[in-house]
Formats: sequence, C-alpha cells, structure tokens
Amino acid sequence: MVSPKILVEPLETYRKMVLIRLSQEAIIREYHKDQIKTPVHLGIGLEGISVGVVQSLPPNTKSFGQLRNHGQYLAITGETDQFFGELYGKKTGMSGGKAGSMHIASPDYGLVSNSGIVGSTISLAVGAALAAKYRGNNGIAVAMFGDSAFEEGEFWESLNFACLHELRVLFVCEDNDIAVHTPGVDRRGFKSFSEAVKGFKCNVFEGDGTDVCSVIEVCSQAISSMLANPRPAFVSFRWFRFLEHVGPNTDFDIGYRSKPTESETLGFDPVHNYESLLISQGYAKETLDRIRRDVEIQIDQSISDAVAADYPGEEDMYLGVFS
Amino acid sequence: MIRTLSFPEALNLAMVHEMESNDDVFVLGVDVPDHKRHFGSGIGMLEQFGSRRFLGSPLSEAGVTGIAIGAALCGLRPVHVHARADFVLMAMNQLVNMASTKSYISNGRLSVPMVVRTMIGRSWGQGPQHSKSMHSVFAHFPGLKVVMPSDPQDGYSLLRSAIQDNNPVIFLEHRWLYDVVGEVDDDLQVPLGDCKILKTGIDVTILSCSWMSVEAMQAAAILSRYGVEAEVIDVRTIAPLDFQPIINSVDKTGRVVIADNDWMFCGTSAELSAQVTEKCFANLKAAPIRIGFAPVPCPTTRPLENLFYPSAKDIVRAVENLMDIDSLDLSGEVFNEYETRFKGPF
Repeated sequence: MVSPKILVEPLETYRKMVLIRLSQEAIIREYHKDQIKTPVHLGIGLEGISVGVVQSLPPNTKSFGQLRNHGQYLAITGETDQFFGELYGKKTGMSGGKAGSMHIASPDYGLVSNSGIVGSTISLAVGAALAAKYRGNNGIAVAMFGDSAFEEGEFWESLNFACLHELRVLFVCEDNDIAVHTPGVDRRGFKSFSEAVKGFKCNVFEGDGTDVCSVIEVCSQAISSMLANPRPAFVSFRWFRFLEHVGPNTDFDIGYRSKPTESETLGFDPVHNYESLLISQGYAKETLDRIRRDVEIQIDQSISDAVAADYPGEEDMYLGVFS
Repeated sequence: MIRTLSFPEALNLAMVHEMESNDDVFVLGVDVPDHKRHFGSGIGMLEQFGSRRFLGSPLSEAGVTGIAIGAALCGLRPVHVHARADFVLMAMNQLVNMASTKSYISNGRLSVPMVVRTMIGRSWGQGPQHSKSMHSVFAHFPGLKVVMPSDPQDGYSLLRSAIQDNNPVIFLEHRWLYDVVGEVDDDLQVPLGDCKILKTGIDVTILSCSWMSVEAMQAAAILSRYGVEAEVIDVRTIAPLDFQPIINSVDKTGRVVIADNDWMFCGTSAELSAQVTEKCFANLKAAPIRIGFAPVPCPTTRPLENLFYPSAKDIVRAVENLMDIDSLDLSGEVFNEYETRFKGPF
C-alpha cells in the first residue's frame, strides 16, 4: 500500500534517498584521501528508514538520533554544504568542525541532537516531548536508535517515563541485527522487540525498513494515533547494514556474518526497491536519472567547497564552552 | 526584604521566586512531592504550582537526567533534585557526555539551562554510598558549573543565579547546612563564579567550601582569641572560578590552609593548592597544607566516621603548624556540634 503522502511527494522522497546514498558513496570515495578525519558510521541500506520516518513527521517535530545519523540529517535538511563542511572539519560545518560525524545535528531544522553514546539521546527526545506537553501544544518528538540501544537501561527508563506521562514520542528502532560486530542472537534475551515492549502503555508497530513506503505507512499510522490520543509509539524496522560498523569498507570477509547473494543484495537495498516501484508506476527512467545527476552536482559542489574552506582557528577554540 | 530563614527555607524561597517569575522553571526528581518534601525544601510548592511544575519522577536517575536535558534543549529550565550526590553517579553519562558538551559541539547553537540540586550526606551512619561530595569530579569537566553554598543567604542567592544560568549547574547542598539558620536578603544577587571573603585576616588564608567553611569560621574564631587572624575564603563556586581574590589573599598572608569537604587526591584541594603554589610561589612562607576526608571509603560506624571527617580542630592544628606556634589549648572547645542537631534516620 502506498500512503497518500507518498503519492504527493514520490520524487522528493526519491531525491532524498538518492541524496543520502550518493553522499555516503562520496564519503567512501573520498575517505582514503584522509581529509575526512572523523569516524564515519555509514548507513548504506538505511535510507528507507531515514527518509520514511522524516517524510512522515509533522512540522515542528523535535528529532533526535544516533551516531549513524547521516541519513537522518540529510533527510531533514536536504543540504550538503554544512554537512560536508563538518565532515572535513571546516569552519563551514554546521558546528564549525567541533561536532564531526557522530554529533551532526541541526537545531534550526528541528534535528536537535545526536550522540556517539548508544542510547543517550532517547531520553532527550522524551524531554522534548515533555516540554511540548508542559507548554500545552501537540508537538511530537522522535528518537531514532539502533537495535543495540534496546539493550541500554536508558531506553527502558525513557520508555517508562514517556508511557507514564502519555508523551508524544515516536521511538524508532533501526534493527540491522548487528551491534558493532555482534549479532542479535548473541545479545538478546527476548523474543522480539514488539513482544518486549507490549507490556508498556504505548502503541507498537513493525515495518520493513527496506521499503520506504512501509516505513511511511507505519510511521504515519503511529503519528496519527498519538496525535489523536497522546501516548508514545514504538516502531521497529529491519534493514541490512552493507558496510562495516565504522568506516567506508565492507567486512563480509571477517566471518561474523555472511555476504548476501546478488538477489538478496537488491532486496535489501531500499533505493533500488523504491526506484523499481516508481518505474513500475510509470515514472520515466530519465526523470529519475535527472534527479540523480542534480544530486551528484550538489554533492560535488559541496565537497569541493568543503575542501577549499578554512579550518577553524585558535580564536574558535575557546568559544561555546558555556552559553 | 531581609528575613531569618533556615537553609531549606532559603532554597525554597529561591525556587518559588524563580518559578513565580518564569513559567519555564519546573522541579522534578525522585520523591520531590512526597510528604517530606526533600528535607523541607519543597514545602508548599506542590500546593502553589501543582504537579505540572513540581513533579515526582521514577527512580531513573540517568533517564530522567536525559529528560531534563531534552526539556532544557527545548527552552525549559528544569531543577532536578536528588537526595544524595552519590545517586548522581548513575546520571554521569548524561551530565558529562551530553549536558556538558552540547553548547560547545553545537558551536553555541544549543544551551542546557538546568540545575541539578543534590545533597551531600552527613549525619551519622551515612556510609560509603550516601556521603560523597563529588564537586571535584563534576568540576573536572569543561561545560559544567559547580556551586556549593555554605549558608542560607548563598543558598538563596546562588540557587536563583543557578536557575537563571543558561548552562548545566550542579548545586551541592551539605546535609548539616539544613540545620543552619541565618538572615537572607532576597534582593541580594550573587553571580556564579566568585568566592566570598567570610573574614579578613593577615596571618593565614583558609580556603574552604560547603560545610568546611562553617568549620573554617569556627577555627578562625578560636585562632582569633589567641591573636592569630585568619582570612577565610569560601570557595562557593568551584567551577568556573575567579582565582584572583584567592591569589590576592595568599600573596598577603603567605600561608594557606585548604580545607575541603572531600578526599584530597585529585580533588579541589589539590587544584587550589596547585593554583596558589603556581601563582603565589614567591610570597609563600610555607608549603600549603590540605585537609580533607581520610583516604578510605566513608565508614559507617561513629568512631571511624569521626576519624574520617576533618573538623575545625584540624584546621587550627594546621595553622599552628604553618605558623610554627605551640599547640593551643582546645580542651574547652566543642567540635562537630551540629551532629547533635541531627535526628535520624536520613
């Protein structure tokens, strides 16, 4: 099923997914030059969740994410100048190079905070939802996190508080079944995410993270229900991490997981899946190729600007410790 | 207006005044609205502000600290209350990895205006997990402010400044101060970041904080009777701190005793000693002397507890040592008088 929203904005959805994919492929291409001196947790394969969640959010949503955050940032902002500026550690980055890849955020766009500490922004999202309730508005907050955060105590503390106070928090679990290099079977003492969460006073949904339409459908349903009846929602989506935990390479040769077949690879690829859907719905290949070329031009320009930009100087060093 | 208030009444008044003037200020924490109202500091506030602004929380120190940070990032001004500083160790990830870094790594776009109010336990029998002070730990991290009032006036004025501050502030309240009564001028504003000269003197400088400032003043009174004039400086903000008044004093006296409510190793007393040694070296007549907890986990039984905590007596003995004078007769003095005011269990 295709939600009404996606029928209105299918090419924008496609453009965002391509923007994320090509930005990350550009990082992979450039990384060996050693000019991007920040650890990158890439989300090739995560694009469907990043775009699907963001496309479903009402305006003024407060978003919080994790260290694998490039997709979320690009889906929310659509911009690549500050993004690459930050990755290259330049003054033109949204944090002047002080944040780096793991802390990329844009409060101006409502992406308040990301963190390199697994699970640590989930409670912040609950605090943002508490602030909305405190002020008597129906604003929502979203916390996006990997499946490993489910094992952190703070996830449960946050879920409990949000359910207790009937807060409008969308908890989004991006489940790739791997935490760093350890598969779920070696970490999980529970049957499924949904089963584990169902004892709490919240709505629980599951969807397919390789299908952006499924993500939009599930999130739209979760958000509609929490807007009508304030309470949190927990949604989980499966996706496939194509690359190593941190860095630009694949790591199927290590042996802790097996390499997918060619057809599995295509099935796991949300960009490929959505492109096929659009073409089956009658969109011209040329239209999609043109979007791809426009995005390439945007990214190339942003990277060359970032390479040329100044590094922050000593005068920037001591700014901002306190507000 | 000047009133006579106990320390918890002064804290209460500070919160009430801030909450009356700014709807963004709210208080939350474990058992905050219960019948004891956090040792009396929250009396009347549930009735005045309701559960929206005076909120009990689950026993989730880490999660609720993150929730307070998230609310602060969205413009609210949470005051998160803990019954013991030891419990804040469970929230250190949020305070250190998140709250202290948000302003800096957002290049100043974000601020975290929140206060963590917590009590330093001392009475009898608090033991190793209800007695820590931890100001040195918090102060170690850039981006956190650390405040330690030592009387009702500073309890009032510094808490108001802390709530108005746009940064995360750790506000540490010693349990014995809760039995102290004093005059409070509710118009007196005290900025964060300075220290306070409690008594002027020319012979020796005593640097102290929190409860040890009360001990320092008792020691100074005894010394004064024997003709030794100590200058007592209350280091009421640990971080950030303007060291200039301390430097000026030690340059003048040439002698310094540093009395901390904490262990000495890697502590605030070590930092203060390093600062005065580096900056007043030429004027020092003797090496600084530090006083603090015995270097063991806090024992529970009273006889060992007495050996664990320093008192005014230790400060007097340190001054004698620094000034190379004979031992004063302290047989008529009463030390640790406040412990008799404490009634259990907590």
